[in-house]
Amino acid sequence: MSSLNKKNFYKSLLFYFPPIFLFISVLNEIDLNYLKIEYFSFNFVYILIFYWTLKSPRYLSYGAIFIAGLINDVVIGIPMGVSSFCYLLICVVTAYLRNITITPNFLNDWIFLLITILLVNSIQVISLDLIFSVDVSYMRYFINSGFTFIFYPVFIFLFNILEKKIKLKKND
Amino acid sequence: MASSRDDFVIAIRSAFLKKSYQQKFSLLTLIFLSLVILILGSLNFKTIQYVKIGINEVIYRSSFIVSAPENYIKNLNVRMKEHFEFYDEFKKIENELKKLREKKLTNDFLILENKRLRELINESSQSEDIYAKVLIDKNSPYLKSIILNKGSKDNVKIGMAIVDDSYLIGKIIEVNYTNSRALLLSDLNSKIPVLLEPLDIHAVLSGSGKDFGLIEYTKDGYDQQISGEEIIVYTSGYGDLFKSGMPVGKIIKNKITGQNVVNFFSDFKQLNYIKIVSYKTGVTN
Repeated sequence: MSSLNKKNFYKSLLFYFPPIFLFISVLNEIDLNYLKIEYFSFNFVYILIFYWTLKSPRYLSYGAIFIAGLINDVVIGIPMGVSSFCYLLICVVTAYLRNITITPNFLNDWIFLLITILLVNSIQVISLDLIFSVDVSYMRYFINSGFTFIFYPVFIFLFNILEKKIKLKKND
Repeated sequence: MASSRDDFVIAIRSAFLKKSYQQKFSLLTLIFLSLVILILGSLNFKTIQYVKIGINEVIYRSSFIVSAPENYIKNLNVRMKEHFEFYDEFKKIENELKKLREKKLTNDFLILENKRLRELINESSQSEDIYAKVLIDKNSPYLKSIILNKGSKDNVKIGMAIVDDSYLIGKIIEVNYTNSRALLLSDLNSKIPVLLEPLDIHAVLSGSGKDFGLIEYTKDGYDQQISGEEIIVYTSGYGDLFKSGMPVGKIIKNKITGQNVVNFFSDFKQLNYIKIVSYKTGVTN
């Protein structure tokens, strides 16, 4: 009986892994820059949202993404609503991509990610700098976009493994 | 041609309006909601401000708890580094201590003299200190700020100075009931009036978004004047923002750009406990 409960708990934990990790990421702002490399930063949340809303939107709800965006704004200290708007724009792109794609292609997704993060970061920079008069480093945003793009294949590999596990557990 | 345009429109409409698997809201609704929050947030309604403060309270505390494992790894990394550099550090500190002991004597004399002179012109300077713990140290690439565990219930107010030991590191920009946010001097939005000593040049210290500050609004010849000299940056006290004479950093030459930059005395990545200070300078009759 207890092993059955444990199994169920593990199963549901795996199922809720994407939103749990999303909330941990926004609350923690993990930058993984322990080596203190200057300019090194990438937006893990963008990768997470892009992957899960593109491949398996059932595991990551838009409502959770919206709330995660609000939390991110509070943690970073930028006007509330900016990150939510940006995250949801990624969802729009992935929903569009899902609608027009018949056979998924990694390269296609990767290039779409680059276009998406450039678009989203541009909107964020423009709104912060021009509308809210918050000084931001354009160069840092640009480099952050580059690293986010580069790191996508690494995380896609890890997320693929996780997705397979979730599907396996679901069919148990 | 027309059919491909139709396909695009259908795909876009479907992306915005269709609720996919297990989605309770459509994207359009949520995007609209985030825009409403953005607009309402920019308007200074009292109700919205209270809601915002409430949300901040919960999120800052949660973030502190969630960040605990990462902070532990960070601290472990720092401790290991410190352990390896222990002997070299000891020798360096021993030498520094010798020099500082000599300087302290002169300093004590200057403090007494300053006190006497202030009494002569009937000027008084009172300060209130509040000790606070750094809850969240979000070294975000975009904004350099820290969350402190003291808020309006501890009499923290916007504009108060944040001090690490005796070095100025920033100021309070947002106050909630039990916590507050301080903007560090390294942030791009930080600008404070400073004095470059011993040249006695007034300037503005601006954050760079990196680990150093930049000197702005000085005479053209300032770069030549400081070559070869050790320049210490103090707060000038202009605009009554901070008390004058608080040490901020030292001017050094950036190795890559060759530009003169301010190397802060305090390491903003290693802040655990800080002091929130407010000063009142006045002439007593």
